[in-house]
Amino acid sequence: MESTLDIFVKSIFSENMIFAYFLGMCSYLAVSKTVKTAVGLGAAVIFVLTVTVPVNYLLENYLLKAGALSWLGEEYTDYDLSFLSFIMFIAVVASIVQLVEMLVEKFAPALYGALGIFLPLIAVNCSILGGALFMQERQYSTLFDATAFAFGSGIGWFIAIVAIAAIREKIRYSHIPAPLRGLGITFILTGLMGIAFMSFMGIKYGKEVKKEKAQTVQTSQLTTAKTQE
Amino acid sequence: MSESLFSKKNRKLITDPLTDNNPVTIQVLGICSALAITVQVNQAIVMGLSVIFVTMMGNVVISMLRNLIPSRIRIIVQLVVVAALVIVVDQVLAAFLPDLSAKLSVFVGLIITNCIIMGRLEAFAMANKPWPSLLDGFGNGLGYAGLLVLVAVFRELFGSGTLLGFTIFGNSLPGEESGLYAMGYTNNNMMILPPMALIIVGVIIWVQRLRNKELQEDH
Repeated sequence: MESTLDIFVKSIFSENMIFAYFLGMCSYLAVSKTVKTAVGLGAAVIFVLTVTVPVNYLLENYLLKAGALSWLGEEYTDYDLSFLSFIMFIAVVASIVQLVEMLVEKFAPALYGALGIFLPLIAVNCSILGGALFMQERQYSTLFDATAFAFGSGIGWFIAIVAIAAIREKIRYSHIPAPLRGLGITFILTGLMGIAFMSFMGIKYGKEVKKEKAQTVQTSQLTTAKTQE
Repeated sequence: MSESLFSKKNRKLITDPLTDNNPVTIQVLGICSALAITVQVNQAIVMGLSVIFVTMMGNVVISMLRNLIPSRIRIIVQLVVVAALVIVVDQVLAAFLPDLSAKLSVFVGLIITNCIIMGRLEAFAMANKPWPSLLDGFGNGLGYAGLLVLVAVFRELFGSGTLLGFTIFGNSLPGEESGLYAMGYTNNNMMILPPMALIIVGVIIWVQRLRNKELQEDH
């Protein structure tokens, strides 16, 4: 199994929500005109992902997965409700976003002022539902791993939107061909940043490093054995 | 009925989204879930058909319910309707096209949060009768599917030298090259990487706005 730290780093860099899977592109393109609003939306995404993915993880493992209902008793072990997962996940996301919005408004008015307008947008942000669906597909073994994945993905999304917002603020002063201005150049820039982020795929994670070490030890033993012969 | 089913106004609902009001390149909706699956044309076609189905049916259902839905909870109602439709699509794909369904993985589920669908429900179906809503859904779905297939054609043709799985440029296996490959042509592996989808869309936007000056932005 991958360690929790591996999952965390991987979800920030080599499996970045925007640059590797293009999730949450709508709000990414719409709210990246200035760094300030980008920071607000990015923070809201980190927050909502870190809250919703663990809840959906529990839902998946104790309600939806094949055999997940076995805690209710013997006769429930054959139930497979996974076809309901889309509707459950989106309901959880929408209601948690609503709940979070109300709580933040009541207890942290300053934060609400900063995040408020972005929270309703987030219910239909692909990266949130995407987080839940990737969590389901990859079958993380513990709640902790799933949370680490959600938090890392949120940070990855945050980095991406703040970076593109900073570039878009500066690019206003450059002479871009008129048809490319605005949307066109943003797409191309995101593509180029995606290519840059692909270099993170070269990161070696715990398991692979160990395997490689084991291999080199084996080959060196072989060579010494051969030379002795 | 005061106007015919395919009056000029209704036809416009279908043709507009194909060009000057394309949901992806002009309205900037629905880029989210779709570009990762444009490596091969057949994936793009299946994805496009799924989205057309969901936009059409979602528009019709919401349009029929539009006078019953309280406006405070309309987003939740829309999400539930769309999610139910997507479950149907997902189950059908898993049953009849299991290989493709596995390749599309989470992206079928992500049709739920595809902004085109929510955008059309909110902007059109909530205020119009079922028949125009059906046409609007079809047109926008088609505009989206068209763009997906266009991107996929570029990526598959130049990335792997095939279209829909048929070889176009000849055999590329080392040692038995034929066609263009015998003359030293090689596939552009860059095209298979996800970021190239974005760059291709950027170029399509460029060409479109070059031809239609009204669409250009100031910044």
